[in-house]
Amino acid sequence: MSEARLHTPLGGAGFKGYVSFTEVAPTGMIALRGDLANATVAEAVEAATGQGMPAARRIEGGLDGGAAWASPDELLLFVPQAEAAERTAALAEALATQHALVADVSDMRAAFTLKGAHLRDMLAKLTPADLSPETLPSGEFRRTHLGQIAAAFWFEAEETAHLICFRSVADYAFDLLKEASEPGGEVGYFSI
Amino acid sequence: MLKFTCPACRIEACESELVNGGEAHLTRSGPGDSDEMFERYLFMRKNPKGVHFERWRHAMGCGKWFIAARHTATLEVFGTYPAQAHEPPADVIAAIKSRYPAWEGFK
Repeated sequence: MSEARLHTPLGGAGFKGYVSFTEVAPTGMIALRGDLANATVAEAVEAATGQGMPAARRIEGGLDGGAAWASPDELLLFVPQAEAAERTAALAEALATQHALVADVSDMRAAFTLKGAHLRDMLAKLTPADLSPETLPSGEFRRTHLGQIAAAFWFEAEETAHLICFRSVADYAFDLLKEASEPGGEVGYFSI
Repeated sequence: MLKFTCPACRIEACESELVNGGEAHLTRSGPGDSDEMFERYLFMRKNPKGVHFERWRHAMGCGKWFIAARHTATLEVFGTYPAQAHEPPADVIAAIKSRYPAWEGFK
């Protein structure tokens, strides 16, 4: 436990407001760049995460095993942290003959899980992304910015979302989320 | 607020997610070209009050470059297309011409 705490930038900090959030336990993340239409790449992704190739802007699976579409030639893969190094090596091996790049980026980011009925309203205070359920349904992986920092988030369900940002700005992200989630700050635009 | 639809990820991105990369469709000059051509490539820009083509990067998003056609005074957006294009696609030209019949072309 104490060892796991050492690995996340905020030590698993959380906040309970009208939206509650906590920093999640260390998660293995692998950046993959290559031709996403290639069958070998799709097979390697499935072997690493247990998930199929995500469609544009989508995420298959979640933090415990997932594949998120980051750009037309880039995926962010989520794997159990203990297996990140091993799976990165396996992926690199599987894609050795491809024009592809695989990197273990597990220590690069901070991740939060957010829960609450007013989640869309809270995030809409911080980002220019369109948070309407039609534009951003569950499973849509949205890269955008949160205040002044780059971040990405996706809704796992209507009242649960996950958010990732760079580790170096985890404090800033935490403070932003905390400020926006203070009780009494409900907006009631997307949820009443 | 200026909003462009990124042709790479189809997200309608607002200006704060994007970074401007200056005028698009520049003719590149290098070794072997005259000083005048090199000067034109490096320094001379159209800066029009009217229809303009610009490079933009979806920096807080998919990270891809694209080209946008917009009007610099009214902020109308006529279309966006991939940065690899050597000239504007027909639908963007048609959108500009239907709005500004007197527009003299992108050259």
